[in-house]
Amino acid sequence: MTAQEIFEKLRTEAGDAVIECVVQPSYDPFIRIAPQAVFDICHSLRDDELLAFDYLMSLSATDLGDDLGVVYHLYSTKWKHKLVVKTQVPKDNPVVPSVERIWRSADWHEREAFDLLGVRFDGHHNLIRILLPYDWEGHPLRKDYRTPETYHGMKV
Amino acid sequence: MQSTNFIWDLFGVNLLTVVAVVALPLGFVLIYALVAILAELKISAWIQERLGPMRTGPYGILQPVAEVIKLLQKEDITPDASSKLLYNLAPFIIFSGAYAAFAVIPFSSAFMPANINVGLFYVFAIGSISAMGIVMGGWASSNKYSLMGAMRSVSQLISYEIPAAMAVLSIVVLSSSMNMQEISHAQTGYFWDWYLFGGPGSWTKVFIIPFTITLAIAYFIASLAETNRVPFDIPEGESELVAGFHTEYGGIKFAMFYFAEYANMFVVSAIFTTIFLGGWNSPFGEFLQGPGWGVMWFILKSFSIVFVQIWVRWTLPRFRVDQLMYLGWKVLLPVSFICFFAISLFVMFK
Amino acid sequence: MSEKKKIDIEYSQLDSERMRINVGPQHPSTHGVLRLEVEVDGEIVTDVVPHLGYLHRSFEKHCEYMTYPQIIPYIDRMDYISAMNNEWPYVMALEKMLDVKVPEKVEYLRVIVAELNRIANHQIAVATFGLDAGAFTPFLFYFRDREYIIWILEKLSGARLLYNYFRVGGVAGDVYPTFKEECHDVIAKVRKTNAEVMNLLIHNNIFIKRTAGVGILTPDVAINYGCSGPVLRGSGMAHDLRRDEPYSIYDRFDFDIPVGKGEVGVVGDCWNRNMVRMHEMEQSCRIIEQALEQMPMEGDVTAAIPKRIKLPKGEIYSRAENPKGELGFYIVSNGTDKPERLKARGPSFVNLSVIPEISKGYMFADLILILGSIDIVLGEVDR
Repeated sequence: MTAQEIFEKLRTEAGDAVIECVVQPSYDPFIRIAPQAVFDICHSLRDDELLAFDYLMSLSATDLGDDLGVVYHLYSTKWKHKLVVKTQVPKDNPVVPSVERIWRSADWHEREAFDLLGVRFDGHHNLIRILLPYDWEGHPLRKDYRTPETYHGMKV
Repeated sequence: MQSTNFIWDLFGVNLLTVVAVVALPLGFVLIYALVAILAELKISAWIQERLGPMRTGPYGILQPVAEVIKLLQKEDITPDASSKLLYNLAPFIIFSGAYAAFAVIPFSSAFMPANINVGLFYVFAIGSISAMGIVMGGWASSNKYSLMGAMRSVSQLISYEIPAAMAVLSIVVLSSSMNMQEISHAQTGYFWDWYLFGGPGSWTKVFIIPFTITLAIAYFIASLAETNRVPFDIPEGESELVAGFHTEYGGIKFAMFYFAEYANMFVVSAIFTTIFLGGWNSPFGEFLQGPGWGVMWFILKSFSIVFVQIWVRWTLPRFRVDQLMYLGWKVLLPVSFICFFAISLFVMFK
Repeated sequence: MSEKKKIDIEYSQLDSERMRINVGPQHPSTHGVLRLEVEVDGEIVTDVVPHLGYLHRSFEKHCEYMTYPQIIPYIDRMDYISAMNNEWPYVMALEKMLDVKVPEKVEYLRVIVAELNRIANHQIAVATFGLDAGAFTPFLFYFRDREYIIWILEKLSGARLLYNYFRVGGVAGDVYPTFKEECHDVIAKVRKTNAEVMNLLIHNNIFIKRTAGVGILTPDVAINYGCSGPVLRGSGMAHDLRRDEPYSIYDRFDFDIPVGKGEVGVVGDCWNRNMVRMHEMEQSCRIIEQALEQMPMEGDVTAAIPKRIKLPKGEIYSRAENPKGELGFYIVSNGTDKPERLKARGPSFVNLSVIPEISKGYMFADLILILGSIDIVLGEVDR
């Protein structure tokens, strides 16, 4: 199924939470959804017989300036089709429902997104830093991040 | 009974000769360990199609010397959290356990440091001392890997001593002696008189040849386990326990563990040689038979067993701890017990 | 004082304490600087908590300050054992964005070097797995053979491990005159050693006892955890990007996708994962042979390389089948010559996350084997 077909199918089920489907050159076609509906939509994406997106390839967060974007790259091992799902949340309250219970691979990806960009995933069982030390301050992949001068008295 | 110690025959029993008798095996152990370390390096290199050490001396034969010198130069570290006395005592206990077993090894018809009548019994008693040392070292290091290694080691030693003892006991039944010198004497003749092939006797011994050969294999496997060699090196299992019970040891103390391991390898090989391969006897009747040649035959036979141990080490992967117990208790023990039973029946009705 | 104290022990009240062991970051078998916090009950593993980040080098942050071609050497350093394969999805993404037509010869050359590197990677994987099980000799056999592969790649690119060979629309160096013969030689060597190791290690009874039925990963769990590569195929899923969505020229070759069949043990256990790697080496040999036959020897491998690389505004997720699994790059371009955001989805990172799931209840020694059978490289896990 193409992104457009999936979008229309989701639109009839989830309504306005599915905002738009963007197909334009030099972009993988993607569907933009509202952050609060992430869990429900992802759940139906995985469990729907015709969609069956059982494989989360990648979960990335990006800094979009005022917002933080979260991108889900999905793949179906049954139908061999792909889908990109995007959502974005304001930087001052970056809370996205966790999809860890849907795809366990999201566990570490979400921890990484939290670690490097500070997206808080609501419902994640163990949202702690993964790559940086547990007591590191700040989220380095944000564009406004300033590298601290010292870490535990050591020069960075 | 003929004398078994040429030093005491020649110079009488006095303090000097006693020291000489004690020092002779010690010198042998040290030289042997160097040779065995080199052999291990070179044989592993040969198996793995590489050269091994080539820089230290011609063909790298000084490599073990260099290694020992390196270990001696290292700083002697005692970890702060360790229990100091036990930590420092453990390598000595292990080494003396290995060395003490040399007292009853019949190198030749004319040399055996202590001619005691319960020689085999003594070897098993002394062999357990090293288990004590291992627990001591492992526990006193206050390192979790060491502790696990020590625990594994003890359970392994206890499990494998029983099949080994069964094998030895069967030979004791056949030769009706526990004195290793007498067992050697009983096998004088040709190689078919060895206990590996049922020992001396009439044609009826063909009935027990399968059992004695099985016992020899059982004893060899058990001896690998007792010396913590691959495939039973789980107490020091490098990939999981780093170095097992001697993780925290370094320098000269580590060298003592190292030496003890090689000394133990020789002890089990020597027992194997004595009880199954005719000890210091020539395999071909009177050909090169005699006290002097006996030393040669004995060391040759023991070294071939050591060679097999090294060969096995570089060929096989390692067992897991529960599989090791399974093999010890459920395979080797029943097998060796059946063999023991069969041999006892044979001796009764012979 | 000699009075003996009577001690009453209520044996049912005795509680055995579980021990927490830190396996790593310095440990012979964690394949790098991974730290596993393991809780053991005697010898039985009851909990595993991986702690990552000891090799974190801020790859993604660095990329935001680099121009696109400058990033390629950094990518080499992610999975430093199969650097050729690493560069491919990245270069492919840029080619797709810039719409560069890759010359025929370059495509063949890429297939050959990538498959050679795949063999080298699997050799290390099987060798270190054997080492984890205590078998030292196959380890050295494989390292001896891997050297021949590295020599070929060195002659092509000038480096032993971190090649920096792929370019957008081309590769850095052309083939040398004896390239084809040397490749054929290497394939013969690989096959000979594989046959030897099959006897020496894979079908060794002790090895089978150690690895069969250990760390069973069912296909459902594997997909849910996002596993890919030999880990997923070992569970019986014939999922291979070279076949499922053929990139480059993989649709021209005839090769099989080995999956865990459970000849020994259970599908999805350590033995089957390892066996998939053994079979994949053979398949890679087949691909290289076909590619060598079809490859045109004329042509300039650097002709199609654009002088200046400036991506249009856009996003792309590009993935390729790495020896360890699916390596993906998510590139967000803002229209300049530097990426706005580059996220690497490393197969090791995702495959490693399944460790706590499949190692509970096995013995401590098995945990090491399970870790070895997953075949991780910490450079890619920590980035």
